[in-house]
Amino acid sequence: MSGSDAAARPDDASAPSGEVAASDLLLSQVVREQSGRIVAALARSLGSLDIAEEAVAEAVEEALRGWRKGGIPPNPGAWLTQAARHNALDRLRREKSYREKLARMGPGIDPESAAPKDAWPDSSAELDDRLPLLFGCCHPALAPEAQLALTLRAVCGLTTAQIARATFSTEPATAQRIVRAKRKIGATGILLRVPDATDRAARLDIVLTIVSVMYSEAHLVAGGDAAADRDLADDALWLAGVIAAALPREAEAHGLLALLLFHRARESARSVDGELVLMADQDRSRWNQTLIVRARAELEQAARLRRPGRWQLHAAIAACHADAETAAKTDLLQVLVLYDLLIGYDPSPVVRLNRAVALDRVGAPTAALTEVDALEGQLTRTHLWHAVRAHLLRRLGRDDEALAADLHALELTANDAERRLLAARTGR
Amino acid sequence: MKYVIMFTFDPELDAQVPADRMQGLYARAYEWYGVNAAQIAAGGAQLQPVETATTLKYSESGTVVVDGPFSEAKEVVGGFDVIDVPDLDAAIALVRTWPFLELPGWGVEIRPILTSGSQSEE
Repeated sequence: MSGSDAAARPDDASAPSGEVAASDLLLSQVVREQSGRIVAALARSLGSLDIAEEAVAEAVEEALRGWRKGGIPPNPGAWLTQAARHNALDRLRREKSYREKLARMGPGIDPESAAPKDAWPDSSAELDDRLPLLFGCCHPALAPEAQLALTLRAVCGLTTAQIARATFSTEPATAQRIVRAKRKIGATGILLRVPDATDRAARLDIVLTIVSVMYSEAHLVAGGDAAADRDLADDALWLAGVIAAALPREAEAHGLLALLLFHRARESARSVDGELVLMADQDRSRWNQTLIVRARAELEQAARLRRPGRWQLHAAIAACHADAETAAKTDLLQVLVLYDLLIGYDPSPVVRLNRAVALDRVGAPTAALTEVDALEGQLTRTHLWHAVRAHLLRRLGRDDEALAADLHALELTANDAERRLLAARTGR
Repeated sequence: MKYVIMFTFDPELDAQVPADRMQGLYARAYEWYGVNAAQIAAGGAQLQPVETATTLKYSESGTVVVDGPFSEAKEVVGGFDVIDVPDLDAAIALVRTWPFLELPGWGVEIRPILTSGSQSEE
């Protein structure tokens, strides 16, 4: 995909560029703004997420086809709602005749009791009704890949084809993943609701993790260029904003939004002409100061709530980098201290790897290498571990081992831009 | 909604648990049934050791009767209960308090019961 239509959701790879690509971007924004709300409302009134979601997904496909030709109608939300209702009724009718056929064949199926009436509680009026939907899609009883796919479709309004491309999967596999997840929600009594206080923090963390995965997934598309898939990152940023606005008292929601804003601010410096640029080498004048200001404001709002957590710490680390005029002026000790704190909340191997990098940057490459080697086995299959190790070995003058590690990293990365970066380092 | 909860454990790991700790856990499990009596429906059972299991299996030459449980896994089903709670979150909250989950190898599987009108596979 070329850079010019990169901003548009890649709905149709063959779509011509120029005006149509721009209107595709507008289309996807309109759809995104409306579809989650319509799914939530329809699921509540029908008592079935499965039917509601399917009906809205169909309406979205119809809208993308029709609007591209005829333009966006004056009230796109009403258009989508009506189309989705129509599709839902159609589906219910088909299902009813199916049930009736079944009833004639034998006893046991009672269409009236298809769904418990209280299964879809009314969300409180002041809450964005997409939040209960989002928490349902990210229920821990669903596998993470299913949480991601279902969230992208039901909450963000992506089509199955778009999700398949964005998550490096096939369309049938993605479709099946979504169908299974919805069936499980229906059959096992998973409610679409925001969990109460006892479960709130743990469940919110799952939701925020999915949003963060959504953001980073955009950069990991195999074969993708650094700027080609900005759109899923845009969806993640949008969703983080929706969550923080709906749950203003949740510090971590602001923390994640701040983190993604910091990342987004650096994006145009991170990838230049499809090539990946490491943070130390980035042209900082290309960092988007407006986004950095917004990120700082979110982080400050989070801090005022006085409930620290891992997303706020990640964001605070990103803030250290954003604060530095040059890479050399970064407050590296502060970064290391923040990583030490972060490990208390999130002792995952990736965080420990990042802490090792921070350790190296305060002048302790030997200690850093020891830390990295301690993660062997847990991260050996990721290119990042080999790349960091290569960097440390080179710092310590162990060039042959460094080259071997870089080659391992090169073998393990599927993203074109990352491959070129590593290839440049190994001289291949 | 009604769910079956299936208790699974690894007999080898359980055998390494000191007897007094096991006693304490049994006492707490007994209490657990008392405290949650309103949510536990009739029909549950604790099972005899897995060595008593007999399984009938399909084979091309006709059904065969074999010694042992249905699966070769190290974990075995030790018992099951039927619970009646509003939704999956309530089921998870209840099962989370099951005392034996403090022991390595333990798991509790939650499965909704198929009733007439359930939203099951189409």
